[in-house]
Amino acid sequence: MKIKFTVNGRPETVDTDPMRRLLDVLRDDFGFLGVKEGCGEGECGACSVLVNGEIVFSCITPVGTVEGSEILTIEGYRNTERYRAIEAAMEEAGGVQCGFCTPGFVLAAEALLRKNPHPSEDEIREGISGNLCRCTGYSGIVEGIKKAAESEGVW
Amino acid sequence: MKEKKKDSTAVRGGTASTSRASISGPVPRQDAPGKISGVASYIGDLCFEGMLYARTLRSTVPRARIVSIDIPAMPEGYFVVDARDVPGKNGVHMLTDEQPFFAEERVNYVGEPILLVTGPERGKIDQILRGIRVEYEEIPPVFGEEDSKNPRIPPLFGERNLFCEYEIRRGEVEEAFFDADFVFEGCYHTGAQEHVYLEPQGTAGVFDGERVTVYGSMQCPYYVKTALVGGLGWKEDRIRVVQATTGGAFGGKEEYPSIIAGHVAFAAIKTGRPVLLVFDRAEDVVCTTKRHPSLIRMRTAVDDRGAIRGMEIDIALDGGAYVGLSPVVLQRAMFAATGVYRIPCIRVKGRVFATNSVPTGAFRGFGAPQAFFAVEMHMHSLAEKLRKDPLEFKRSYLLSMGDPTVTDGRMKQEVPLPRMIDRLCKLSGYEKKHRAYKKEKTRRGIGVSLFFHGCAFTGSGEKDKIKAKVLLKKEDDESVSILVSNVEMGQGAQTTLKKIVAETLGCGLERVRYDNPDTDRVPDSGPTVASRTVMIVGGLLAKAAGRLKRRMDEKGEVKIEERYVQPPHIEWDQDTFTGDAYPVYSWGANAVEVEVDPVTFEVRVIGVWGIYDVGTPIDERIVGGQIEGGISQGLGYATIELLQKENGRLRQKNLTDYIIPSSMDFPDPVYELFSSSYEHGPFGAKCAGELPFVGVAPAVAAAVQNAIGRPVRRLPVSPEYLFEAEHDED
Ligand code: FES
Ligand code: FES
Repeated sequence: MKIKFTVNGRPETVDTDPMRRLLDVLRDDFGFLGVKEGCGEGECGACSVLVNGEIVFSCITPVGTVEGSEILTIEGYRNTERYRAIEAAMEEAGGVQCGFCTPGFVLAAEALLRKNPHPSEDEIREGISGNLCRCTGYSGIVEGIKKAAESEGVW
Repeated sequence: MKEKKKDSTAVRGGTASTSRASISGPVPRQDAPGKISGVASYIGDLCFEGMLYARTLRSTVPRARIVSIDIPAMPEGYFVVDARDVPGKNGVHMLTDEQPFFAEERVNYVGEPILLVTGPERGKIDQILRGIRVEYEEIPPVFGEEDSKNPRIPPLFGERNLFCEYEIRRGEVEEAFFDADFVFEGCYHTGAQEHVYLEPQGTAGVFDGERVTVYGSMQCPYYVKTALVGGLGWKEDRIRVVQATTGGAFGGKEEYPSIIAGHVAFAAIKTGRPVLLVFDRAEDVVCTTKRHPSLIRMRTAVDDRGAIRGMEIDIALDGGAYVGLSPVVLQRAMFAATGVYRIPCIRVKGRVFATNSVPTGAFRGFGAPQAFFAVEMHMHSLAEKLRKDPLEFKRSYLLSMGDPTVTDGRMKQEVPLPRMIDRLCKLSGYEKKHRAYKKEKTRRGIGVSLFFHGCAFTGSGEKDKIKAKVLLKKEDDESVSILVSNVEMGQGAQTTLKKIVAETLGCGLERVRYDNPDTDRVPDSGPTVASRTVMIVGGLLAKAAGRLKRRMDEKGEVKIEERYVQPPHIEWDQDTFTGDAYPVYSWGANAVEVEVDPVTFEVRVIGVWGIYDVGTPIDERIVGGQIEGGISQGLGYATIELLQKENGRLRQKNLTDYIIPSSMDFPDPVYELFSSSYEHGPFGAKCAGELPFVGVAPAVAAAVQNAIGRPVRRLPVSPEYLFEAEHDED
């Protein structure tokens, strides 16, 4: 089946089984390797991408369901000014260790901040609660998002 | 846009020490940009021309003889790889090599690898695997220690199902018990734990007709190389091991990767194509190592003045189906058996028994968390029995400089615990809260734990077994390369080691290079385990950099080699376990405050405090990250991480039913560093990676005990357990 969508700003058409996982299409067909597989069950958020601005776990999303959508992976997002604000804040706050969860958290942060540019700590914790990190205990990630939100005029 | 501040606000913990070393201020983490942007290449991201995928057929029964394996005809381009494709010895070298790469006649646990199917398409591989039939003749399995006494169950290992058994004695322990006014006893259980490094395990094998290269997510490139030498039966120079960016490890990628390194090597040789083997989470849960479940029995002889005269401790660990690293894990547990206390005489017995279940292995803390849970809860309960305040009671038994350790070594450095406890009490408000909660029955509680972690390998391991060697090389282009086999796995080794070298040379960080270890380039500086990387390997690099500094003006390449020399103060006899089990200790004190739900029995953690002495922190932000992550993992271990075995099978299958902490579960810890300085560590550094995990669970359990007014003797402190404890009348 032919499926059309936009990935990182580029219109694409794939001819594939609509039940294939979006994760596999993004990694294998497009080479967007910043999309990680941590669990394959919708539990860890390492495979997070933005679909029309909403955070989505690509491991439990059949590619057929994203027909006509705009998909953003870390590869597309990393060219934005918002990304640079999050990157600097995550680095400074110590939000990165092994890094396997990190692209997913960055996109979860974007999904949160675009709706709520000045979240409270509780809102941040809730906003990233679909993503697991085993290394940091979340303190650095939460603080990173808090700091990113302080950047003037980015969100 | 944003200015990078480098003040201490970047670190959530504070530094209590008055003299902060200049090296300790945080620098930008070297691996952060590549990881945040998704550029970093993990094992699953590698791609080679003509690459095949692979997946493993695993035993579905805990113990059986394999009667037959029925493999349908393979489609073109697909291959089966099994024991017959192991050119060398079908045994994975670790302490022994009795664990096979592929099961041959027998399987000994659910999840044991039998064969690999490899080919170009993953869906097709799965389909082929579903068509393979294995006929088993089941053998009565060993599930617990008691099964070794059942004559109908043939032993799994040796005659008594024991992988190892040790005993340590110090002083006249029989006399102490004979003279005792009473003997205080307790049994302490801890459960298994899953590492849940976020990146599941994986390897890739490439064969060029002459040499094999294995890439992998791993902690110990040279362990992998040695295992390949055995499995291939080849000379070392035909084998190369390269670490891929590693998405967390925590001990789980210490010994396990050697097995799957063999698998991809055999598959690459057989097929002549590169082979990638990456687990999904469910497979990773089924077959990789776990933390050892433990049962620790403690007996304390108490005299008529309420003073401790002696202790007898009996430690039993479940090793699973193969020995793995269990003897060393047991040793660390035994050497921590009396915790931070001065006990006049002791007997510590320990054993690891075999069961038909997935092998247990290395996991942050390495036996010490189990031992500290037992001794901390035991001391706490004994204090209550004597109607004393638990912390005051513990304080009166603290080790100090010159005191004997479990193994009759001597505490050679100052023990900073008294000052750390004062500070902990101040930060957490422990004393007042503890008294109030005891009286008020509000179902709130606060508990304290005191602990250490022995830095680096046990005993003479560094000197006799590891014999670390590092290279530092000034390149033609004036950059300086760190050549070591220790990996960056999230713990910050890359930044920390660079910092040590740059600071010693007095040059900028950007001039120092560190790439993922490749055994063709780096010498064997030992495995990335035992919290040894900074103190031992960093120490050698500091020395090498000191020598290089004097030669920096020379033109062209300059190579400096440095080998481990044991500090003169260490005396150790590995046969009798006598002497200084560790060169030095890092210290910690935790307080945890909880509330126990009266209806659901859920434990809600309200506050966590920690004071740590890790020597000089090489980078406060990185050490802070180890503390925060270690605490989080410890809170999970203590409360929600339930990994149960039922008839040799794990009940939990993936992250849907094995629950780890999320961002909503626990409060941010409040912590401070007490920086002492260790003369043999680089810039005074000791060890930091494992320590923060060790004390969390006993502090949680002590808090729950304070809240419910009943002894807590099991981890995790689950609602089911608390419900039972509450309704248990005695
Ligand atoms: S891989 Fe998709 S949620 Fe874990
Ligand atoms: S940094 Fe390792 S899982 Fe988050």
